[in-house]
Amino acid sequence: MRCLQVSNQDLEERIPSYEELEKLENEEAGDRPKWDNKAQYMLTIVGFCVGLGNVWRFPYLCQSHGGGAFMIPFLILLVLEGVPLLHLEFAIGQRLRKGSVGVWSAIHPYLTGIGIGSMCVSFLVSLYYNTIMAWVMWYFFNSFQETLPWSQCPVNANMTGLVSECERSSPVDYYWYRETLNTTPDIDNTGGLQWWMVLCHVSAWALLFICISRGIETTGKAVYITSTLPYAVLTIFLIRGLTLKGSLNGVKFLFTPDMNELMNPTTWLDAGAQVFYSFSLAFGGLLSFSSYNSVHNNCEQDAVIISIVNGATAVYAATVIYTIIGFRATEKFDDCISGNILTLLNTFDLPEGNVTENNYDQVLHSLNGTYPEVIQGLNLKTCDLNSFLSEGVEGTGLAFIVFTEAITKMPVSPVWSVLFFIMLFCLGLSSMFGNIEGVLVPLQDLGVFPKSWPKEAIAGTTCVLCCLVGLIFVQGSGNYWLSLFDSYGGSIPLLIIAFCEMVGVVYLYGIDRFNDDIEFMIGHKPNLFWQITWRFVSPAIMFVIFVFYFITKVQETPMYKAWNPESENFPTLEEKEYPSWIFAIIFILAGIPGLSVPLTAIYKCLRNRCCKKDNEFKQDDLNTIIYLIHLVILFKRI
Amino acid sequence: MISYVFWGSLALSGIKEGMLVWILFLLCQVGAPALAQDLCQRDAPNGYKVRISLKTALGEDAYEWNQSEMFFFQATMAFAMRRHFQMETYNVDNIILCVQTSRVSFWFVVTSPDNTTMLIPKADVEKAVRMSRHRINNAFLLSDRTLEFLGIYPTLAAPVNPDTPPWLIVFGVVIGAVCVGIIALLISSLLQKRRKEKGMTEDGQDEEDMQVKGVENGINLDGTYNRGFTDDDRFTKL
Repeated sequence: MRCLQVSNQDLEERIPSYEELEKLENEEAGDRPKWDNKAQYMLTIVGFCVGLGNVWRFPYLCQSHGGGAFMIPFLILLVLEGVPLLHLEFAIGQRLRKGSVGVWSAIHPYLTGIGIGSMCVSFLVSLYYNTIMAWVMWYFFNSFQETLPWSQCPVNANMTGLVSECERSSPVDYYWYRETLNTTPDIDNTGGLQWWMVLCHVSAWALLFICISRGIETTGKAVYITSTLPYAVLTIFLIRGLTLKGSLNGVKFLFTPDMNELMNPTTWLDAGAQVFYSFSLAFGGLLSFSSYNSVHNNCEQDAVIISIVNGATAVYAATVIYTIIGFRATEKFDDCISGNILTLLNTFDLPEGNVTENNYDQVLHSLNGTYPEVIQGLNLKTCDLNSFLSEGVEGTGLAFIVFTEAITKMPVSPVWSVLFFIMLFCLGLSSMFGNIEGVLVPLQDLGVFPKSWPKEAIAGTTCVLCCLVGLIFVQGSGNYWLSLFDSYGGSIPLLIIAFCEMVGVVYLYGIDRFNDDIEFMIGHKPNLFWQITWRFVSPAIMFVIFVFYFITKVQETPMYKAWNPESENFPTLEEKEYPSWIFAIIFILAGIPGLSVPLTAIYKCLRNRCCKKDNEFKQDDLNTIIYLIHLVILFKRI
Repeated sequence: MISYVFWGSLALSGIKEGMLVWILFLLCQVGAPALAQDLCQRDAPNGYKVRISLKTALGEDAYEWNQSEMFFFQATMAFAMRRHFQMETYNVDNIILCVQTSRVSFWFVVTSPDNTTMLIPKADVEKAVRMSRHRINNAFLLSDRTLEFLGIYPTLAAPVNPDTPPWLIVFGVVIGAVCVGIIALLISSLLQKRRKEKGMTEDGQDEEDMQVKGVENGINLDGTYNRGFTDDDRFTKL
């Protein structure tokens, strides 16, 4: 398909040739770090891909889009979109042996914007992701108590009753919104820095710094724990969960297929977006990690294995989460029914045991017939198991409200709480390694730091800077800022960058050259499946997802959900509109990384045009000076 | 007891007076319960409703609630009243129960030991119950939740406030470990740097010695070495 390729001059001068690569490989020369063994590499990539999204986004999507039926779009898009993009990133990183900025500027100087865009997105995501780590650490620190602090409401100041805000909502809600976040009613009130959160925030960044201070030398050791521990904890929770009452209700609810959902385009869009974000594509971290491999590493096999592991982990985590959610929902349902039964017994002075869960409906019906006004006056709650199962089961709500409530109902709660938050911490930390890699390596490639600085200093400076900027998220309104960054910074720009990556490799670098590279690296040319997906299918899918996302985001008025004790439907979060100055922030978050691709291209083009003549002049000057110096030395010797 | 009164009154006061006394006595006997009924009724202003949930509290070990248990309740309440007032001698008769249901629930009022028609005010009864609540609960193997005095709310347990919040202790441990880690890291990188520098300067000296001795490729060359040229080499390195 040579006619579709754009001419790319001087490409050979910018990239190492096959001979140079062989030389690097055999002599082990060069100062680029290397993986100690293949296991470290695989564990790091698995850790980067398997993150909090697998635990708290996928189960929700699965359950809300028809349960077992959601597997079909998920698997199809995994194969058509996830695996090809992954293979592409691995292969190009391994071939060009540079970080994201280095790779794209080597392919074509005008494409440096892709690398810069990746760096910006990685930076924005690192900022808020580590705050989630800080929240996890806070809950972890508070789990070392016999009665977990979120299991009961605190007593108010005069000791006459429970705190009103807690009584009206629930102990877990109160603990999350008041004692952890101390959240303000809207994003305009900053609420000031919350000192306990600042401590957790600083400790999260300090821990991260230790793990990344020497690049993959330290990260490679850390991943032995951070990537394997979550699987161990998930298994423990699965065994514990299956022995609890009502767990199978949860699993059934999760996997019951509803084939009608397949007709709904949102299901396919959500599946595509989930596959894309779950693989952490376009962050630049995967490129970097792959570039530390040996040249002849089988990146095709790696891509397939990682995809399978990622998909399987998502399904496994969903099962575990829903056993626990099923248990919680059943407990709440039982409590609800028992409460109603007790009310009936007390009002009508019936002996205990007359009304049980089995005959509740009959008795209620007969009593309603004889004393309708009394029954009305009782305000009996409607108890529906399905509504308990579908409560707040996504995002931070799942981890910090629903799951923590389930843990308080389990015997020996502190142990389960500690295990759960260690698991979340490891999942997040291993993803942070990839995010930070996507920030540090481009900074080094761009030459922002002086070359004399050791790796520890660069990592340290970046961590300190991110820690300071990240203090936005530990204010009273920090939670709202975090959702803002998550919805706008970590979504649209990635789609743009991934699309540009595909187009850049296939059409600017040249798919034929790319095929030859892969043949050189792994010994055989990529087969027809890869050719079709790289050239047409995957870019098309990316484009469709991007267009739909863009249209949806642009059309809706940006709203956020606020915890406002003074609102009318109090325990339910209040939907509020963002103030107008937020639009500037949204533009910075989504616009700058996204627009960096065209803007850098234009900048480089202009600089090239206007400085070409000057460059030639400078070269002549330099030659003259060198000639004169040689003359001087010669005279000196004589 | 009635037959003794009957014969006693007959013996004491002759048959006519005896009959009068007997009739009055009978009226009192009939009237007393009626009076007691007036004192104790549903929603009595000075009475409390008690609700007992035996099956919830004890499950299969639940005992049967019968007249003996009711008597035990009267005795316990009398004890509570005595304990609170410490002067007046309350008896089982002073606790009047009524409106029993199969739930199990009933109302009770407390009469004064001096005057059986006078009821003890609600507030005093409440104080007495609060004071001995724990003993009353234990007497029946129940708890605040399963032996309810409607209107008397259980006092909340005082919150336990440790001096150092437990989370700060864990935080301290973690931060201590992190600081130790950072210091170890910096020290190890400094040591590595020093080792590297030492290694380099030693190599550099070896090179100089070799040049001075005129050793090239391991072969000793004879002849003097012109230092002028070696200095030049160093300066022209760009």
